[in-house]
Amino acid sequence: MIDPFFEAFFSRYNYWMAIILMLIGLYALIAKQNLVKKIIGLNIFQTAIFLFYISIAEVSGGTAPIYLPEGPEALYVNPLPHVLILTAIVVGVSITAVALSLIIKIYEEYGTIDQDDLMKVVRGR
Amino acid sequence: MKKKALIAILFIGIVLFWAVEDMPAYGDPTSPATQYTGQMYVERTYPDTGISNIVTAILITYRGFDTLGEVVVIFTAGISVILLLRRGGRL
Amino acid sequence: MKENVVIRTVTRILVPFIQVFGLYVIVHGAAGAGGGFQGGVAFAASFILIMIAFGAAEVRRRIDNRGIMCYSVIGICIYCGIGLLCLLYAGNFLELNVIEAALGIPHLHGILIDIVEAGIGITVMAVMISIIYDMADDGGESS
Repeated sequence: MIDPFFEAFFSRYNYWMAIILMLIGLYALIAKQNLVKKIIGLNIFQTAIFLFYISIAEVSGGTAPIYLPEGPEALYVNPLPHVLILTAIVVGVSITAVALSLIIKIYEEYGTIDQDDLMKVVRGR
Repeated sequence: MKKKALIAILFIGIVLFWAVEDMPAYGDPTSPATQYTGQMYVERTYPDTGISNIVTAILITYRGFDTLGEVVVIFTAGISVILLLRRGGRL
Repeated sequence: MKENVVIRTVTRILVPFIQVFGLYVIVHGAAGAGGGFQGGVAFAASFILIMIAFGAAEVRRRIDNRGIMCYSVIGICIYCGIGLLCLLYAGNFLELNVIEAALGIPHLHGILIDIVEAGIGITVMAVMISIIYDMADDGGESS
């Protein structure tokens, strides 16, 4: 009775790691007060999603998806998630760049990047 | 605020850990993601295009429109940073 | 950072090798691992290394603000130009097979993919350098 449970636990450890990283990133995004720390939490969250998606593409015993001289008979890993995540990484870089430049403008305007002080200033204006 | 965030994270974590047992095992060669579409791309790339790198061939031949949208996204991010942070002078 | 002899010397030695590696990764997109996005970022990393070691004025002397905007537009124009070229040979947009079938040159598909990868690499390199121009400096003077 215990054996199927251990089997399910040890053969799916990649999803556990991705979920733990996802929860760390989500906590930093919600609970930190500094705006730059929130953007770092967003990046950790994105990295966890990439890890989750690419680990689905693994085939045990497979090699990188570049053709060997045998052609299609050899065992390759699944190439499709690699393609989709390549696009997603570039989108993540763009989001981080625009978010950080918005934070620079907020700092020049209000003099602080703490979330509580900013809410007080914006509401009391 | 931090206590409420911890409770929410714990709840989301329990639901996600409960859903892991439905996913295919790590390195499974019979998972649905590898058998239908992935196998089709591995077999049809070299007769169609003549390129050895399957990932680059998919990016430019089969999904070229997505890559065009990708380059437009990073170009737009560059333009946004210039517009936000350029101080004074002509553009 | 300008007074540190070790950083300046190591930068002077390493920058050509980083640029050659970035170009190698772009050109080998079709036959091995690599591609346009990866090679463009590696090429831009050499300019960021010069900016860290010698100051932003050194890099602005080589590529000024207006030049960097021109580079980023040229890359995306190459991509769209190849796509529109396929319309001239009665194919769909970005359907590279019809050019090879009409002109009859063997392996033309691979050559067109290399040109498209070079365009992607130029745009990604220009955007990376432009972002760090505006974030890490006073903005310089616009040309």
